[in-house]
Amino acid sequence: MQDDETIREFLIESHENLDQLDRDFVALEADPTQRDRIAGIFRTIHTIKGTAGFLSFRRLETLTHSGESLLSLLRDGALTLSPAMTSALLTMVDRVRAMLSHIESSGSEGDVPIEDVMARLTALRSGDAAAVATASVSPGPAAGAAAPLPSPKAPATKTPPAAATQVGARSVAPPVAPAPPRPVLAGPASSEPASAEPEPTPASPASDADPSAHAPGSVSEGNVRVDVGLLDKLMNLVGELVLARNQILQSGARIEEPSFLGASQRLNLITTELQEQVMKTRMQPIGNVWSRLPRVVRDLAIACGKQVRIEMSGKETELDRTVLEAIKDPLTHIVRNSVDHGIERPDVRAGRNKPKTGTLRLRAFHEGGQVNIEIADDGGGMNLDAIKKKALERGVVTAERVARMNDRELMQLVFLPGFSTAEKVTNVSGRGVGMDVVKTNIEKIGGTVDLMTASGRGTTIRIKIPLTLAIVPALIVSTGGQRYAIPQGSLVELVGLDGEQARGAVEWVHGTPVYRLRGRLLPLVSLNEKLRLGESLRDQLNARRPITIVVLSADERQFGLVVDDVRDTEEIVVKPLGRELKGIPVFAGATIMGDGRVALILDVMGLAMLASAVGRGRDGTLRGAAEALDDDAPAEMTERQAWLLFGVDDEGIMAMPLSDVARLEEFPRSKLERAGRRSVVQYRGAILPLIHLEVDDAGDSGPLSVIVHAHRGRSVGFVVRRIIDVVEAAVRVERVGDGASVLGAAVVQGRVTDLLDVTRAIERHLPEFLEGRAA
Amino acid sequence: MTDTEHAHQLCTFRVGELVLGVEVTRVQEVLRHQEMTPVPLAPGVVSGLINLRGQIVTALDMRQRLGVGPRPAGELPMNVVVRHDEGVVSMLVDEIGDVVDVEEAAFEPPPATLSPLSKALVQGVYKLDRQLLLLLNTELAIRVAHKTDDEGSQHG
Repeated sequence: MQDDETIREFLIESHENLDQLDRDFVALEADPTQRDRIAGIFRTIHTIKGTAGFLSFRRLETLTHSGESLLSLLRDGALTLSPAMTSALLTMVDRVRAMLSHIESSGSEGDVPIEDVMARLTALRSGDAAAVATASVSPGPAAGAAAPLPSPKAPATKTPPAAATQVGARSVAPPVAPAPPRPVLAGPASSEPASAEPEPTPASPASDADPSAHAPGSVSEGNVRVDVGLLDKLMNLVGELVLARNQILQSGARIEEPSFLGASQRLNLITTELQEQVMKTRMQPIGNVWSRLPRVVRDLAIACGKQVRIEMSGKETELDRTVLEAIKDPLTHIVRNSVDHGIERPDVRAGRNKPKTGTLRLRAFHEGGQVNIEIADDGGGMNLDAIKKKALERGVVTAERVARMNDRELMQLVFLPGFSTAEKVTNVSGRGVGMDVVKTNIEKIGGTVDLMTASGRGTTIRIKIPLTLAIVPALIVSTGGQRYAIPQGSLVELVGLDGEQARGAVEWVHGTPVYRLRGRLLPLVSLNEKLRLGESLRDQLNARRPITIVVLSADERQFGLVVDDVRDTEEIVVKPLGRELKGIPVFAGATIMGDGRVALILDVMGLAMLASAVGRGRDGTLRGAAEALDDDAPAEMTERQAWLLFGVDDEGIMAMPLSDVARLEEFPRSKLERAGRRSVVQYRGAILPLIHLEVDDAGDSGPLSVIVHAHRGRSVGFVVRRIIDVVEAAVRVERVGDGASVLGAAVVQGRVTDLLDVTRAIERHLPEFLEGRAA
Repeated sequence: MTDTEHAHQLCTFRVGELVLGVEVTRVQEVLRHQEMTPVPLAPGVVSGLINLRGQIVTALDMRQRLGVGPRPAGELPMNVVVRHDEGVVSMLVDEIGDVVDVEEAAFEPPPATLSPLSKALVQGVYKLDRQLLLLLNTELAIRVAHKTDDEGSQHG
């Protein structure tokens, strides 16, 4: 339980509080009747006691407890503060400080003696004047030197014997005999000459001889602790300032007074900088959250009988503290899951030719105004069949539905409430509360969770979250006469089309509009239609009105949002919507624009969901994975089969049925030969004709990636840029091929993929191959 | 605002023919007409969003809520901003009246003649000298039932 962060906070806080105590005691001595001051001291000691108990610092807890008991009597007025009490309490404060220093340097309380002080405090509480008198003689250590106290004989009767021996054993200095009582006027720190102390000190054990020399401040130096509420308030104010700045800039554009323009420019710059700096005050490296993970992993690995190494990169990646706070628990949960379910036990790993020690990689990096966090394990990957089985068992989906799901959709099942794939429920994770909570929490802060798994090779979970929640750059669009803000994090690009262009460029596939964006089909979503305002897209196109396609990416899928017009980009301050509007998924919040009016912020994820919900049943290829869970519409899916994914350029993905693939080969380019107009290589003692699907291979000197296809005993090779993966999936084919070698497009594992029409490709490039007789 | 215990002071306003009141202590402020941003896909009772000194407040149309028909063209609604557990919301009304003191003795349950819709939202009636003042059940009046978004999926 003793995680470093908590202890650190405890130390900083306590050091500060103790310094305050010193001042309070001094002030009290001048006027012992200040009850509220005593109450304040009581609270401080009480807090330290509580935290010490929580962190299992038993001696510290015991010591502060006895101080607290005396203070409570003082607070209630049952006793009046006497100089003896003050010095006893101050001694206690010094001991507490010494212990804290020890904790800071070594992580443990050390052997700072407490019994003598406790005895004094107890005696004072019961009003035992004699004992007090005796006890108060023993000089408390000066603030700077926490030498073990000589154990006075008299109070020893009140000290538990065990404790007494401990003190006695440790204290080499001769015990101070009950010498003539000396009234202690001020705290020992000031009146007891420190010079009297050093003599016995050297003889004391070295281990804790000097714990407090570097005590207060070494943690807290150079830092000012600021109330989080204050930072939040500051952030809000900066938000308001940004709005006011936007307003001034907007109306300032109409005022052509040079001095005003200059001032508004300056205001602009200063506001921007102020905003950045205030944001910075709230930024914390993700390492703060990660730092507790190695311990979590270690304990968990031991508990599960596994060996796990944790690697981290990008620790310094900074996040707004609210965001950081929000991902703390989800992150821990994912890590626990990975260790518990992902990484196999050493014997299993050995059997799979993997190193016995599993690796858990955490990676954080900034990308496009967002923070990406990856948690990757090299474990067994997710067992899709187990997921399927469990999903049916738990009744979260129907058998018919499961049968139609592709791998990606199946994986998404783990995010459903009440789902757990753990074969056995462990006390670590797998209680069925988990991934759904993780997903909900991350989506709550505008993030996304994605999951990739490869059987036998491990699972990667990728979290994308916004840098900050308060102020975000946004694109302002207008449609249906209203303005809407789109956070730029999900913005990919803008395509402006004038009326005539638009009419030709937007094509319709089963009633769903698509746009060819550099050869890829981009499903279009009309914001007008989705929000049920203004003209439908068809009407707009028929009326030859210009449109703008805002290309957005949500959950790794892209879609084009059709809007009437694009205004500007602006820094907007995200404000929450009231509870009355929480149920509308397409809005993430609202903001106040430069003219003081409210504009709604679009939730790109929500729009994507809504879009695919609309498209469902009519156009299966445009659906996403997660939403397919409640898809009831039957559609013409291909059989579930294995696909080879490959690329013919650096971007696009193509697929062909794995059953059409005989082998995958690589040939050095030097092996390439010409036979007539054909490009061929020698392969297994025969000539393999090649069809170059690879686009623009000039300058590439790497080996040729060739997919060998066999047909009636003859082989042909397709030259491609890269082989990507083999996946098993059922897809729906969209017949919008180019008529040449592409059969159509389909969504395979959430990505639009062109399907290679093998027969047509051969027909087109190598007609004689099909005519050729079987060998 | 005096803080007398159980001082039944009601902030009054008119919605159509109905004169209604809400506990003064629930009212944060009363505003003239504010520019509103409509919220597509929101339940019909949500008229829009207003900017209340940097805070974004949902405005609910009490005419629609009480089923008294649409506001005549050209008339602008006034805002009665009331507090609830999680924030504030604005009730759009036709006209703002005075703050009146009412006595418990003059209180009666709602008359049976009220339309069922209004009856559900009216807690009772205070018989004043010259008029009847309906006590609005604010909690119910500002509650917006969440429709699921399935409407959207049938569209387009």
